[in-house]
Amino acid sequence: MGDWYRDFANSGLGSTLVRQLGLPRPAVLRRYEPGAPLLPGPAVVGTAGEGRLHGVLTRVLQDAGVPVLPAVDGDGERLAAVLLDATGGTSPADLAAAHAFLAPALRRLGPSGRVLVLGDPPSAAGSPTQAAARQALEGLVRSVAKELRDGATANLLLVPAGAEAAVPGPVRFFLSGRSAYVDGQVVPLTAADVPAGEHEQRPLAGEVAVVTGAARGIGAAIARALSRDGAHVVAVDVPAAGDKLAEVANEIGGTAFQLDITAPDAGQRLVAHLRERHGGVDVVVHNAGITRDKLLVNMDAARWSSVMAVNLQAQLDTTQALLDADGLLGSGARVICVSSQSGIAGNRGQTNYAASKAGVIGMVRAWAPAFAERGATINAVAPGFIVTEMTASMPLGTREIGSRVNSLQQGGLPVDVAETIAWLSQPSAAGVNGQVVRVCGQSFLGA
Amino acid sequence: MAPLTRKAAIVGGNRIPFARSNSAYAQASNQDMLTATLDGLVARFGLQGERVGEVVAGAVLKHSRDFNLTREAVLGSRLSAATPAYDVQQACGTGLEAVVLVANKIALGQLKSGIAGGVDTTSDAPLAIHDEMRRVLIALGSARTLRQRLEALAGVRPGMFVPETPRNAEPRTGLSMGDHQAITTKQWGISREEQDELAVRSHQNLAAAYDRGFFDDLVTPYLGLTRDENLRPDTSVEKLAKLAPVFGKDDPDATMTAANSTPLSDGASAVLLASDEWAASRGLPVLAHFVDAQTAAVDYTHGGEGLLMAPAYAVPVLLARNGLTLQDVDYYEIHEAFASTVLATLKAWEDPAFCKERLGLDAPLGAIDRSKLNVNGSSLAAGHPFAATGGRIVASLAKQLHEAGPGTRGLISICAAGGQGVVAILES
Repeated sequence: MGDWYRDFANSGLGSTLVRQLGLPRPAVLRRYEPGAPLLPGPAVVGTAGEGRLHGVLTRVLQDAGVPVLPAVDGDGERLAAVLLDATGGTSPADLAAAHAFLAPALRRLGPSGRVLVLGDPPSAAGSPTQAAARQALEGLVRSVAKELRDGATANLLLVPAGAEAAVPGPVRFFLSGRSAYVDGQVVPLTAADVPAGEHEQRPLAGEVAVVTGAARGIGAAIARALSRDGAHVVAVDVPAAGDKLAEVANEIGGTAFQLDITAPDAGQRLVAHLRERHGGVDVVVHNAGITRDKLLVNMDAARWSSVMAVNLQAQLDTTQALLDADGLLGSGARVICVSSQSGIAGNRGQTNYAASKAGVIGMVRAWAPAFAERGATINAVAPGFIVTEMTASMPLGTREIGSRVNSLQQGGLPVDVAETIAWLSQPSAAGVNGQVVRVCGQSFLGA
Repeated sequence: MAPLTRKAAIVGGNRIPFARSNSAYAQASNQDMLTATLDGLVARFGLQGERVGEVVAGAVLKHSRDFNLTREAVLGSRLSAATPAYDVQQACGTGLEAVVLVANKIALGQLKSGIAGGVDTTSDAPLAIHDEMRRVLIALGSARTLRQRLEALAGVRPGMFVPETPRNAEPRTGLSMGDHQAITTKQWGISREEQDELAVRSHQNLAAAYDRGFFDDLVTPYLGLTRDENLRPDTSVEKLAKLAPVFGKDDPDATMTAANSTPLSDGASAVLLASDEWAASRGLPVLAHFVDAQTAAVDYTHGGEGLLMAPAYAVPVLLARNGLTLQDVDYYEIHEAFASTVLATLKAWEDPAFCKERLGLDAPLGAIDRSKLNVNGSSLAAGHPFAATGGRIVASLAKQLHEAGPGTRGLISICAAGGQGVVAILES
């Protein structure tokens, strides 16, 4: 399942050849390793506006031991990250400062570098002029993401007034290797209580996490990531996948819970299991999903309804059951629902799948206020082209095209989805609620 | 000092689906299957790296290399390598006897936790060299001179190259277990229809239990099997009526067929037992408690009793010791070695003459409510890997009792080769 083309393009001969032919040159992405520094080199922090978040950003970097440079000009050491605080801009003219700061800095951005821009949410703007200035950042960041090479990414955080405490967690995520395949994304934050003292390497220590569809692929990767970050993982999958499920549970020191999440009593059984064995639950990852592809005109009722039952109805029902169970969902609970790029862009032959995955997005947005009231969050993660056993069986042409049509010119790995979910599970992700984070390398589909 | 006795808790169990002989598990050894079963139990209860008090298990058909089968399985599993283990063997009673041993040590305070299990393969069975060839080879091994070696080799005859296969027959009578049971079947006048009805009910009950998810936390798939291979949910009395008898065929009215007798099968099971405190400290459930057990044996060689009738003797002793009648039981698990074994046992308990003369009772034990018998299917449907049956029954019954609520009582009765029986009471 390796990426032969990426490996070829990074080899001695291959690198020369693809350069001369003008072929895509996918990079080997920097991915998270426990204990590794947040960034492999220095970062530069600039402002284009009043600089409300400059202090927060500098502190996050300094706490992580990252050397922080003021604005850069001309040649010099390669930068690992470029951060721009663009909050407080009032008119499009203020964006000239952004251009002036970014242009020289981006020249010096190193491999798998990070560009992170922080702005104000356009929805809260006081005037059309201010809204235009704020919205403009989105076009800027998405285009920068497309211009970057060598595994570098650009993302935008929207920070409303009063949400400063929610900033450090997301900033660390977007700078770290955890966000290797998250590119060109806009993530709005909300004001939230962020507990202090999160353990850097084991942010989920002492927590209980449920992962559905954990026997293989992305689900197994999620279980591994949450376990690595300190959680006890209750790995859930259908009884027929129980042997693989047991292997995953034993590998990570979690427990296997065989459950068909579409069974009428699945919610009750999950609640009873969590109550009896763990007393509660902190993180719930709705990952279980199936595909039953056919063109709509050829699709029978069974294909339609089985996909809806597993991918959408089961997420609705089990989430409701957990909410209804008194005291089961811990304060600060995190629910993360796996959606899909198909749910955003649509996909030929996947009306059922895309409908279910779009439904997940609607569900997450609608539930967010109720979760916020509990001090909890609910979010969706929408993977793009992720290299799994399923994609390995695709025809070569389809697979190659599918994996290249994104700014990072390669497919993501299950661990990339898992890292984003692990981040959204963290206490310090309290300010991200009701959002859809795409893990797609800035896919050209549905962008 | 711990209290003198306490009742051992049954926390849960795990087994692999049972396979028919020479089928899905044809290439799996007893050690493979037992290890996989332990690992499934470890995953279910989060026992990775845990030093469980003791693991006790066994197999009926065993290779000589498997002298330390259970300990080897533990070493290959995700349990702590510092977990002690030993093997037991009491024919088809092995699995239940293993549970008794673990439960008793927990009751005495010698163990806080333990795993009892069993495994058997009729596919990967041990073949032994011909006994006379074995003697030749031993003589050859001890020969010191060339002449002695040649003399030893001169004893080899062509027939000695034929290996000895394990047989499902009683060494003292030469009769297969089925042919023995055919005698009992005839003695008690058990009809073909009764046997076929019991077999069909076993399949229906097992299928229904699977369908309602009863086995979701009792079974872990293995080598492509997700349900017991022998299970035929759509079988019927009409279909079974077409089968020809396979045991007691000398009798023109033979009634025992391949469907109302258990098939040769492969599989493994394990049960996690513990003190209540051990379970509570880990947030693990207590499905039921192990109350008491009893064994019995009958002299089927000269005593005029059927080979598989020992449980009929053990149960009244066990009930009396616990101040219970046969009807004080909510769920009965009578191992279906053959449909007629269950039926003959039930008939014997209803028979005043048998209960007076053989059991020494003033009154018969009486009839049971058949709707409480083997409610989640038994060996006729699931199959019967000899030593794995006890663990299958204990874990399933414990869960059934737990679902029925506190104070529910279950009785287990398992017959075994050599005219033996092991019976036990569980209570939720």
